[in-house]
Amino acid sequence: MDAYLTSLATFVAINVTLALGLNLITGFCGQVSLGHAAFFGTGAYAAALVTTGGFPFAHGVAAAILAAGLLGLVVGLASLRVREDFLAITTMGAGFLFLGFVRKQDWLGGEFGIPGIQPPFAPEGMAVLAILSAILVWLASIAVRRSWMGRIFMAIARDEEAASSIGIDTARFKLAAFLLGTMSAGLAGAVYAHVVQLIVPDAFGFIQSITILAMVVVGGIGSNLGAVLGAVLLTLLPEMFRFVDTYKLLVYGGLLILVMHLSPDGLVGIGRRLLRAVRR
Amino acid sequence: MFYFELLVAGLVQGAMYAMMALGLTLIYGLLRILHIAHAAVFTLGGYVGVLAANSGLPLAAAAALAVLAAAAAGPVVYGTVYRPLLDKPPYVALIASIGLLIAMEDGFRLLFGPYGLSFAENPWFVSGPDLGGIFLNWVQIALGLSALVAIAGLGLFAVGSRTGVAWRATVDDPEIAMSFGVSPERVRLLAFALASALAGLAGFLVGLLNNLIEPGMGNITSYKGLAIVVLGGLGNVPGTLWASLLLGVAESFGTIYLDRILDRDAIAFFILVVVLMWRPQGLARGR
Repeated sequence: MDAYLTSLATFVAINVTLALGLNLITGFCGQVSLGHAAFFGTGAYAAALVTTGGFPFAHGVAAAILAAGLLGLVVGLASLRVREDFLAITTMGAGFLFLGFVRKQDWLGGEFGIPGIQPPFAPEGMAVLAILSAILVWLASIAVRRSWMGRIFMAIARDEEAASSIGIDTARFKLAAFLLGTMSAGLAGAVYAHVVQLIVPDAFGFIQSITILAMVVVGGIGSNLGAVLGAVLLTLLPEMFRFVDTYKLLVYGGLLILVMHLSPDGLVGIGRRLLRAVRR
Repeated sequence: MFYFELLVAGLVQGAMYAMMALGLTLIYGLLRILHIAHAAVFTLGGYVGVLAANSGLPLAAAAALAVLAAAAAGPVVYGTVYRPLLDKPPYVALIASIGLLIAMEDGFRLLFGPYGLSFAENPWFVSGPDLGGIFLNWVQIALGLSALVAIAGLGLFAVGSRTGVAWRATVDDPEIAMSFGVSPERVRLLAFALASALAGLAGFLVGLLNNLIEPGMGNITSYKGLAIVVLGGLGNVPGTLWASLLLGVAESFGTIYLDRILDRDAIAFFILVVVLMWRPQGLARGR
């Protein structure tokens, strides 16, 4: 397979995994997070530390999922204290804290990051691994959506007070959403670190968090299919616009504004309206 | 003396934060929008100022132009980007705002190049008054003074003028204010104009202070501004002012004592997270 297409497929799959994870937290459970890249970064750093330390890749993946999930629980605890706009800013703060901390740690390579991460497979193998991870998270998300827990998530997203008034332990379920979503980000991070082989703090900054959120929102917040579509579209879009490479971010920003104005429920919302029109 | 200098430098920095955060908190108070694209208006002020100054205008005139351009841009941003989104869930306006910030930042980069512009002459930066051993240049003094004047002016305006009363009424309850003949739309346009004027002035002065205007210069300031707005208790003006000064001073001391563990720019968010865990409603009482 063409090397360019292989790497494109890998990055699409990694972004799908990230978007599905954030959709669990922000879409299903309604907890807006502006710091998802921090969990992605935690996973990448944990996996890189483990495999550059001489342990096998599988241990790296396990460490990544564990570390990201643990940090996710801690940030999830914040969601028990603060809500809505306060929570959005707190998660943004958590992202900057992660970055500010990593940049100053010599054992994490500081500004220069961790180089020489050995991939366990050839690029094609890594692409397959990334795609399998994305499918795994997608299936898990669908299962969550259909489960009792998924329904409670949606009840919390719609009206937290009402949910707790009928005896739902909202704290426990919010933590569960954070845990599941950030574990997915950890998995994506482990794959990412071994694809790019050099990780630097700046890859996990605010812009990355926003990009993931944009994928979820452009696709259609709260919809698994939407998160997948959004991730695919927003990863491919800059590539399709490569011929006007200079205007990439201009187009990207303009698109975000446009989608918000025309269809705040994203691509899935447009699809739903079209279906309804056709049925009539 | 060393500590005193740190304190003064921190207060000047805090004054700059206050000029950004004040606008953000006014807009949040009226519209419940986290206006992250405020950073782009700040940068716009910087670019207009540096272009005007380098074309031969005196610095004071360049400053005035920067303020005017920013003040004009604010209401345009409100009218085109935010107004159609007011009845949507809050994250919609937030994403649109982020889109606007990315697009404008890229626009600046395309128009004026990625490396930024410097002032051909920067007389305010190289000279300053003698304040008994502490050196502050005129830019730092202008930052402190403009923050003071802007804050005092806004305070007088809010308390003493009819428009100010209409404004506060709209913040409290837009519908009742409307039934008394206040136009919430005009109040919002005015809020965006004033907040953006402050951001434009801050952008110009920070440009002078760093002698560099670059496409992304406003971003970190704007993110910190949002942290300050939350620290101050979303929409609470005095709380925002206190939080700005506190952050300026904390950063100034933090760079000395925390540099080995934390990046300077992360200090704001460290304080934010700690304070929110302790007082979820921010330092001051929120609305």
